[in-house]
Amino acid sequence: MSEVGTPSAEAEPLLRVRGLAKHFPVRTGLRSRGVVRAVDGLDFDVRPGETVGLVGESGCGKTTTGRMLVRLLEPSAGTIEFDGRDITHAGRRELRPLRQDLQIIFQDPYASLNPRHTVGRIIAMPLQVNGVEPAGGVKARVQELLEVVGLNPEHYNRYPHEFSGGQRQRIGIARALALRPKLIVADEPVSALDVSIQAQVVNLLRELQRDLGLAFVFIAHDLAVVRHFCQRVAVMYLGKIVEIGDRADIYERPQHPYTRALLSAIPDVTKLGPAGRIRLTGDVPTPLDPPSGCRFRTRCWKAREICATEEPALVSRDGGGQATACHFPESGPVAGESGGTAGAAVEEVSK
Amino acid sequence: MGRSESVPSGQTGDRPSVPEQRSGDAPYLRVNDLRVRFNTEDGVVRAVDGVSFTVERGRTLGIVGESGSGKSVTSLAILGLHNAKRASIGGEIFVGGRQLVGLPEEEVRRLRGRDMAMIFQDPLSALHPYFTVGRQIAEAYRVHHPRAGKREARQRAVDMLGRVGIPQPARRFDQYPHEFSGGMRQRAMIAMALVNDPDLLIADEPTTALDVTVQAQILDLLADLQAEFHSAIILITHDLGVVSQVADDVLVMYGGRAVERGSVEQVLRRPQHPYTWGLLSSVPSLHGDADAELVPIRGNPPSLINLPSGCSFHPRCRYADRNGDRSRSEVPELRPAGEEGHLVSCHLAAEERTRLYREEIAHVGVAR
Ligand SMILES: Nc1ncnc2c1ncn2[C@@H]1O[C@H](COP(=O)(O)OP(=O)(O)OP(=O)(O)O)[C@@H](O)[C@H]1O
Ligand SMILES: Nc1ncnc2c1ncn2[C@@H]1O[C@H](COP(=O)(O)OP(=O)(O)OP(=O)(O)O)[C@@H](O)[C@H]1O
Ligand code: SF4
Ligand code: SF4
Ligand SMILES: [Mg+2]
Ligand SMILES: [Mg+2]
Repeated sequence: MSEVGTPSAEAEPLLRVRGLAKHFPVRTGLRSRGVVRAVDGLDFDVRPGETVGLVGESGCGKTTTGRMLVRLLEPSAGTIEFDGRDITHAGRRELRPLRQDLQIIFQDPYASLNPRHTVGRIIAMPLQVNGVEPAGGVKARVQELLEVVGLNPEHYNRYPHEFSGGQRQRIGIARALALRPKLIVADEPVSALDVSIQAQVVNLLRELQRDLGLAFVFIAHDLAVVRHFCQRVAVMYLGKIVEIGDRADIYERPQHPYTRALLSAIPDVTKLGPAGRIRLTGDVPTPLDPPSGCRFRTRCWKAREICATEEPALVSRDGGGQATACHFPESGPVAGESGGTAGAAVEEVSK
Repeated sequence: MGRSESVPSGQTGDRPSVPEQRSGDAPYLRVNDLRVRFNTEDGVVRAVDGVSFTVERGRTLGIVGESGSGKSVTSLAILGLHNAKRASIGGEIFVGGRQLVGLPEEEVRRLRGRDMAMIFQDPLSALHPYFTVGRQIAEAYRVHHPRAGKREARQRAVDMLGRVGIPQPARRFDQYPHEFSGGMRQRAMIAMALVNDPDLLIADEPTTALDVTVQAQILDLLADLQAEFHSAIILITHDLGVVSQVADDVLVMYGGRAVERGSVEQVLRRPQHPYTWGLLSSVPSLHGDADAELVPIRGNPPSLINLPSGCSFHPRCRYADRNGDRSRSEVPELRPAGEEGHLVSCHLAAEERTRLYREEIAHVGVAR
């Protein structure tokens, strides 16, 4: 199943992930209470210059995945190859030449900026750590980056606490761009931003992606943003990829029930009041003790016996790039303008 | 509170008081001409500059506006959470009939957490890393229920964790914040804010960290609790989709000022302010061309130390030249926009606003 979700791969992948897993031990005092299967066997590729979106429920393991990719977390199993090199367990020294090429933008703009450093120093840090001397000097480069992300270059000497949430996130983006990397893992990079700056940043990231050939693993919960930024999308649920495919596959003909529920739950400004969405009922399971078989079955309106006994494999139905882990995949679009499918599903759920 | 001399004419402090919203119950929260300033090395930051609004029980006010427009500073002022040494606060804040501005810190603290509570934008700064999540929620309960025993508080905390959708709440009770995902921390914080059934709940970007299915659950939860306890809710968010789903009224802020206010129907369906138009056109749509460039508002948010003269939106507004020099020289008042309860601060004539919206905006982005 190694080619899953890799449409007619012509270019060598920049990033190649196989069987990636992270299990956190949980204990009270000295007593072990088992493990949290935060990420539990992921396969996917990212080609140079490609943008892959990672979406899914809170706690499904997106951040954990992202942190493993940039080696801030040690994987429990599986392999990560970057630019042809196995970096799964690479140490600091081996990673050093790759550090420039592989950057992360963090989810939490508050926790990721050192409160005692000026913005100028924060953004200059990757340049200094990697001994990079930009033409024109560090300060000029930092001020250019501030401008690129829509901040005032005069803010160079300010401290993070003097900025609002959205402004802080742009500082993190400027920092990640400082080294002109090949791959950026962006963990919810625009979630904290208001719509206008979000539109500017998405346009900006798209421009950088096109002009510099940047590849992205783009973690986000806003599916409308992902639709505008990502060429491919992987949908995660409880530590697993349940569906992966090209943007059009995921948005126009999602096959996995969870993907369909996700799409129908997007709050739509064009509708006032709660819209006709697929309401998921049933217990949200825990990665401490994931359900047998299909992990989505406790909330799935289509679940049958086989769903509890046999784990569905992530496979392509038509030999194309769209792969789905479900025994009873759906077809066709989710609630179009008319709202038909979602309405039907709501009825099914409430039965 | 006097203004500095350098302020251009027209930008006077004595804004006419804004018409009241609707008749009926006295609003639970009434904010009148709120001003919050910070003294910084670079100068005085006018983070909130004469904002007025009301929230009745059982209603939800959505506050939207760009990053840095003063949404969080407004809510922190209501909760009395600004450091008195660094921030100066003017105007009036009535909660349940009591004026809070100038009230001793101790009394405000008593109201906070019991009568009013807040769900913060950044869950990490609100949850203490060294205590278990459950213990922090139980403590929040005991602060306002001194007679409650440990066991009762624990039970209450476990109930709340369950109600906000945390699986196996009894087991999660004993975990530390770092063992929770971002979204679960957010839910834990919501549980903490709701543990005392507050009359006024201020939710600052409560679902920003959450995926949409959980977001839908949380919004349902807030709506349920509101129906049950008849609480007044302020929902701060930059997600206009969320606003369209749950808000009754909307306040649009720009550069520390209110630029538009009205019912959700009025503000999102028949928006009157060019800034509101800009917000609506920026939203990426779920339909239509995914490769189309998004249409952000040009330029950057204003400096709150040196607000642009006149209408502070004028450097970014496409229509600033249509009013002679007025947009540059005169602060537009928040005035009735036509329909009852709908207010806007813009020098454009009402007919022109309506025409511009119809001809130039209504087909862009989600404004369509
Ligand atoms: N250090 C840790 N120790 C124990 N469990 C952890 C740790 N870090 C994360 N987890 C658990 O791993 C799971 C995945 O967490 P992760 O932060 O990757 O989720 P996420 O998909 O990024 O969620 P969100 O959208 O809320 O940010 C969660 O159940 C979380 O509680
Ligand atoms: N303690 C402070 N000292 C100086 N300036 C401050 C302080 N707190 C906030 N500000 C400034 O006040 C303005 C309003 O900030 P606020 O946090 O209310 O923005 P916001 O509308 O909540 O933005 P976001 O959507 O990014 O959260 C910002 O320009 C911010 O830099
Ligand atoms: S395998 Fe069964 S339970 Fe899982 S998503 Fe498909 S139908 Fe639902
Ligand atoms: S007052 Fe002038 S600058 Fe301000 S929003 Fe109206 S037209 Fe634009
Ligand atoms: Mg995360
Ligand atoms: Mg804020």
